[in-house]
Amino acid sequence: MRLHRYEKYWLYFGVGALVLFLATLGVSAFAMGFSPPGHGDVLDPTKVEETPPFDEPGLVQVDENTYVANIVAMTFGYTPNELEVPVGSTVIFRVTSKDVVHSFSIPKTNVNIMVTPGYVGEAKHTFTEPGSYLVLCNEYCGTGHHFMQMTIEVSEP
Amino acid sequence: MMTNKPALLDISKQDARLSLAYIYVAFAAFLIGIIAGVVQGLQRAGLIHLPGGISYYQVLTAHGVLLALVFTTFFIFAFLYAGNSKTLGSLSATARKVAWWGFAVLTLGTVLAFVMILMDEATVLYTFYAPLQAHPLFYIGLALFVIGTWIAGGVLIAHYFKWKKAHKGEITPLFGFMTVATLLLWTIATLGVAATVLLQFIPWSLGISEGINILLSRTLFWYFGHPLVYFWVMPAYMAWYVVIPKLIGGRLFSDGLARLAFVLFLLFSIPVGFHHQLMETGISPYWKYIQVILTFAVVIPSLLTAFSIFATFELAGRKKGAKGILGWYKKLPWGDVRFLAPFIGMLLFIPAGAGGIINASNQMNAVVHNTLWVVGHFHLTVGATVALTFFGMSYWLLPALTGRTLTPFINRLGIVQSILWTVGMFLMTGPMHLLGLLGAPRRTAFTTYQDHPTALEWFEGIFVNQVTMSIGGMLLFVAGILLIFNIIYLIFLAPKGKTPFPIGEPALDTGQTPPLLENWKLWVGLAALLILFAYTIPLLDMIQHAPPGSPPYQPW
Repeated sequence: MRLHRYEKYWLYFGVGALVLFLATLGVSAFAMGFSPPGHGDVLDPTKVEETPPFDEPGLVQVDENTYVANIVAMTFGYTPNELEVPVGSTVIFRVTSKDVVHSFSIPKTNVNIMVTPGYVGEAKHTFTEPGSYLVLCNEYCGTGHHFMQMTIEVSEP
Repeated sequence: MMTNKPALLDISKQDARLSLAYIYVAFAAFLIGIIAGVVQGLQRAGLIHLPGGISYYQVLTAHGVLLALVFTTFFIFAFLYAGNSKTLGSLSATARKVAWWGFAVLTLGTVLAFVMILMDEATVLYTFYAPLQAHPLFYIGLALFVIGTWIAGGVLIAHYFKWKKAHKGEITPLFGFMTVATLLLWTIATLGVAATVLLQFIPWSLGISEGINILLSRTLFWYFGHPLVYFWVMPAYMAWYVVIPKLIGGRLFSDGLARLAFVLFLLFSIPVGFHHQLMETGISPYWKYIQVILTFAVVIPSLLTAFSIFATFELAGRKKGAKGILGWYKKLPWGDVRFLAPFIGMLLFIPAGAGGIINASNQMNAVVHNTLWVVGHFHLTVGATVALTFFGMSYWLLPALTGRTLTPFINRLGIVQSILWTVGMFLMTGPMHLLGLLGAPRRTAFTTYQDHPTALEWFEGIFVNQVTMSIGGMLLFVAGILLIFNIIYLIFLAPKGKTPFPIGEPALDTGQTPPLLENWKLWVGLAALLILFAYTIPLLDMIQHAPPGSPPYQPW
């Protein structure tokens, strides 16, 4: 089987682009820490309300600018359904579900967590602009899926 | 006794009848599927309210299952049966009997699952993610569907190996080779969905097992879900490689490269399911990245295909006297729907593939995962590239099966239909991609999230607007109805005559094809090794470190 000269060039270009893409992804994932979520804590999906910290969901301040938000997703909403943080805050979202699969997604940010029952999904975001941020569920969860939402109010200091 | 009319049919009448049975189911599913599609599109844009307690999600489930699973699978088997009957010879009486059994099981499974969807007992969308729990008959329908395809596919694989045994030392016909690669891919991939349906969903839905391991079920689903896409694409590629050279009066550029591309698809389209699960907890970033690498390897056979097909076009044009670097494109039969429709499909595969690279990229996936972007992506791949190729194929396959001919009038209607479909796809998938970047979710009924400004923005643009998307959907619906009209005409009304099943002449380099490419044990073995490598450790991990299982929910 003979490869045409032009076909060789075409494949060199393709394979070269491939290696470049994968190297970019690999470096940003493992050297720069922009990695997709991996292992997380597990819990009994039928006992979410008795399992800390989800027995008392809400915002916990860790240091001056950092918060942890423990959130429970359910058909068809989140607890709590509103968070308030000052502008410049970094929030670590930790979300679990007490029934079916949901998501915790904030449009126009990189926060897009699949919330699988039994697992704690995690993502971090720094809010640099004030305003009302919509959080929505983008994984079909039943008849009321399109009503599932909460807001994050990011206020001027 | 049946009267044979060999003068009108290019393949044996009995084989044509089998193919035609698949065609009937395929286009019945297509018709209901596009009605469901346009209805959910109008609802989502807020243009209509669904009457009588019909839910958006029920209609969406029907749309996805009927078009993505039923239409594609049945059309593909119609094509494969007819093409192999043409290139490898008629099926034996026994093989044909088994083939009809396969068709019966496949159709029974389809009907069961569809009835459950109609009764609102299975509003779980076509991904049926646990712990949403449908009626047990829905899962039994799915299992029968898969088993039906194994029987139907097994007949074709056996037919190929029978030919190979009878023609020792000869290279097998390209059509048969590609059929076997496609069906092996399908069989290996469906082991995953069969495992989750038979071992997890059916016992759980019957109440035999209490909880379900959600992550495991999702992983087994996506082990199947990605190669499913290649099961749609590879038959379209078969038409590009084997049929289109004949239609344009040319010859395939290279036989060996075509076979190599199909072998690479078999190897690199299965161990890649994690790129659908990048945003999920419970799978380590390391294994996700390994599967992202394997996902991207599919670029190589895709580029091989692009090169081969366009080289074929150029050679055909030059043979007809084309001059200059690009003069050959004028010699292509632009006025022939059988060429034009798949050609548009090829062009749309360029943005579709680029979008796919974005989806599979670890970090960018966070922006687009489960947004309308993804819906735009797979409507370009399956709804445009694959569907337009299948439409183009219909204009010769149906007359070939019924002993009729494509008339100039239907050809012109076909061109109108293809262009209408393309414009509709542009108006629908363009806004879908851009709305996805703005965060608009997929699989979500009409909502403004209590008039939140972020959501209202999705209805404010001229192009980037859910209403534009819906207008695209309406054009697609009109194009789809036109196709149904053309199909009915070609099956029942077109003038009688012989339409050959177009099979291109073997490429000039066919004699040089390395016999290694036909060593199926080697390729299946390598595919198995890659799958074991990519899946064993993460799968064991998700079983050993699983949280307690989930009870069932029916929140619809």
